[in-house]
Amino acid sequence: MSKYTEDDLREELKTKEYEYGFYTDIESDTFPVGLNEDIVRAISKKKEEPEWMTEWRLEAFKFWKEMTEPEWANVNYEKPDFQAISYYSAPNSKPKYDSIDEVDPELLATFEKLGISLDEQKKLAGVAMDVVVDSVSVATTFKETLAEKGIIFMSISEAIKEHPELVKKYIGTVVPQKDNFYAALNSAVFSDGSFCYIPKGVRCPMELSTYFRINQAGTGQFERTLVIADEGSYVSYLEGCTAPSRDENQLHAAVVELIALDNAEIKYSTVQNWFPGTADGKGGVYNFVTKRGLCEKNAKISWTQVETGSAVTWKYPSCVLKGDNSIGEFYSIAVTNNYQQADTGTKMIHLGKNTKSTIISKGISAGKSQNSYRGLVQINSRAENARNFSQCDSLLMGNECGAHTFPYIEAKNKSAQIEHEATTSKIGEDQIFYCNQRGIDTEKAIALIVNGFSKDVLNKLPMEFAVEAQKLLEISLEGSVG
Amino acid sequence: MDLKEKLVSSFMAFENTVNVDSSVHDIRVDAIKNFEAVGFPTKKQEAWKYTSLNSVLKNDFSVFPKETGALDYKDVKQYFIHDIDSYKIIFIDGKYSSHLSATTHDGIDVCLMSAALNKPKYKLVIDNYFNKIATKDGLSSLNTAFSAEGAYIHIPKNKVVEKPIQIIHFSTGNEAALMLQPRNLIVVGENSHVQIIERHQSLTDNPTLTNSVTEIFANKRAIVDYYKIQNDKQSASLIDNTFINQKQESIAKVHTFSFGGKLTRNNLNFYQNGERIDSTMKGITIIGDKQHVDHNTLVHHIEPNCESHQDYKGIFDANSTGVFNGKVVVEKEAQKTNAFQANNNILVSDKATINTKPQLEIFADDVKCSHGCTIGQLDESAMFYLRSRGIPEKEARGLLMYAFSNNVLDSVTIPEIKSRITKLIAQKLGVNIGFDL
Repeated sequence: MSKYTEDDLREELKTKEYEYGFYTDIESDTFPVGLNEDIVRAISKKKEEPEWMTEWRLEAFKFWKEMTEPEWANVNYEKPDFQAISYYSAPNSKPKYDSIDEVDPELLATFEKLGISLDEQKKLAGVAMDVVVDSVSVATTFKETLAEKGIIFMSISEAIKEHPELVKKYIGTVVPQKDNFYAALNSAVFSDGSFCYIPKGVRCPMELSTYFRINQAGTGQFERTLVIADEGSYVSYLEGCTAPSRDENQLHAAVVELIALDNAEIKYSTVQNWFPGTADGKGGVYNFVTKRGLCEKNAKISWTQVETGSAVTWKYPSCVLKGDNSIGEFYSIAVTNNYQQADTGTKMIHLGKNTKSTIISKGISAGKSQNSYRGLVQINSRAENARNFSQCDSLLMGNECGAHTFPYIEAKNKSAQIEHEATTSKIGEDQIFYCNQRGIDTEKAIALIVNGFSKDVLNKLPMEFAVEAQKLLEISLEGSVG
Repeated sequence: MDLKEKLVSSFMAFENTVNVDSSVHDIRVDAIKNFEAVGFPTKKQEAWKYTSLNSVLKNDFSVFPKETGALDYKDVKQYFIHDIDSYKIIFIDGKYSSHLSATTHDGIDVCLMSAALNKPKYKLVIDNYFNKIATKDGLSSLNTAFSAEGAYIHIPKNKVVEKPIQIIHFSTGNEAALMLQPRNLIVVGENSHVQIIERHQSLTDNPTLTNSVTEIFANKRAIVDYYKIQNDKQSASLIDNTFINQKQESIAKVHTFSFGGKLTRNNLNFYQNGERIDSTMKGITIIGDKQHVDHNTLVHHIEPNCESHQDYKGIFDANSTGVFNGKVVVEKEAQKTNAFQANNNILVSDKATINTKPQLEIFADDVKCSHGCTIGQLDESAMFYLRSRGIPEKEARGLLMYAFSNNVLDSVTIPEIKSRITKLIAQKLGVNIGFDL
């Protein structure tokens, strides 16, 4: 099938009736604050989950009770009170605003810069929609195309009901319940998320994106994503959205599990632009995410991320290279401005023979922000001929921010070849001068230089995403140079 | 009774042997309290993630050696850099050996810590410098609590010390297991220059543990050249804590050659308190068996226009473990800092392990900081080239490994040390390279 383009979409929408479909859910009802076994059971019951899932959640809750919050990350923030959070809130079907005029103009201005259409703007800002272009219908069309190929793409709660055998087989195999504090919490209380299964030998014809089923999942506070690529299949998955989202949930603890079976390939791209807090460091989202992929023989997992939002980010998309000849990749741009703090990086665990991993991490810090790269490359004693290349570059703007690098390299095999290099520098004055001289003002010049600096990573993003991400970088750094 | 309790309870006995009225003793009392609270480091601490002291600490070390053995110079000559004239401060089982030593008070002070701590004429220096930069971690506190003996070197202004100073600690095995805690203080005045060689050598198969603390102060434009030769027996473990405080335009270089010992931990800390300072730390590690060498370095860039260079090479055979944990901190004020850090390793055996963690923490924007770290093998084509010219495999391997580690030796300024280390490398690699420099 040829690629689904925007023209196709427009064509379809003309002929198609607007379907309300999906929203069969209950009106917003929220659980009392606090977390205990009853709450976990109640969440599970609400989602009409089978017994094994309830048990699984309870087991995770038991582990979580024993655990303490990790302190090792290079970030400072006020610890959330886990008993002061309501762990279940059904998606609110009532729109936040009645008309777009009520939306924060600052937010709209940003939308404008990103080139987001008016309808999309309304959708993202939570304005009541009566226009035909709604992602619901798009999602439905997409679903049909996918179903033809045998691809399963639905919310995880649906998957638990409809494909319990797949969920049961794979959930928690890459990120076990007791993996870490936040993963355990997520395992116990996850509200929803995405599930994707690509059958054997199928090449998914389009970029799968959570964006297109946003009405169901929303930006869940405890999202759980499970992507399974069966033997010889390929999928490219997009998560997040370049548009800034103002979410009321302060704590986000998502878990993403990727499973690439023999000869499969998964490309997972993330753009994260959650509310980073105000310019003087008030508010903002805490983003504590556990992402990990498992590669079987000849499989490949590639993580690409552009992180510009959140007040505190704590995120390490990792690859377990279990099968021989498997490949793990990590491309990341993390931008911090004002009082943002990011501690992000990756783990590459080489277990199989001839495994390869590449890490390209670009950190840009401005304002009073702190940006850390923390990575682990581990070569197991049986991982013959393992190869790793890591490059971590940091760019500093202004002398009140910080850039930190904490790479951990552990090699237990003599045939391993590991290279790690890191640099820290600022934007050269001569570079800016060169641009100024040619009539490019300083702000534009910086955008240009930053773009060049992050090109290696931007190139790895799917086309449409890359253009938006580029603009996003510009916006995130706006006003950071005096 | 474990070692910690034993050490804490023997502090009272130790107090009987030293002057308890001095101000230093207050420092000791504070330090033992601190050690009691903190204890020995464990793998749970980030800085000790890859190094466990458990296998060493389980020995029942005696803290005060009863009898010191006597040594003949001819028996231990090989451990000296004997082909050059030098000042020597020699200790046998922690006690000063006057007949092996050559100290001086002629213009400079090259003498004993015990003398410096007790004689009033050194009081001013001790008050100003003693325990001023040593950190408050468990091991340094332990050493501070029991600080009584070691080397004391004070070079006044404008003095180029023409002979290197050798500090050697021997342990003879009179005790079943011996713990030593030497404490060194080195103060180098403005525009002065000194070269120091430090070595710890066990002459026995009885286990020894040395927990050494050295504080070095390099004043304005001073040059300090420090060489650590670590080629001890399999029974000996060494925890070496070195703290260097540099004033403006001073240059400090520390070369660490680790070829032996059961467990070696080097805590090397540089603090740059002034502008235009240059700090260099280099090391070669070639180990095998079940040896463990851990280099833990810190460079703290506090003021602008300074430089630091780190270059550590490691070759690891058999079941050995190598750890490199380097940290460069650049403070907000330290603009125009240039900091470089390199750590290159070769794993020779499948059972050897390397854990490396080069870290940068940067708060200033106008800096050039980089680190590079590699783990790899010898170039096959280079091997082929050598072998095709009739060089046997073993020698070819030796030559390539020598070449790999060689550039660390470039900055060694004492030719005798260079040739000594070259020989040691050849010996460690099991080849006769035939470079008699």
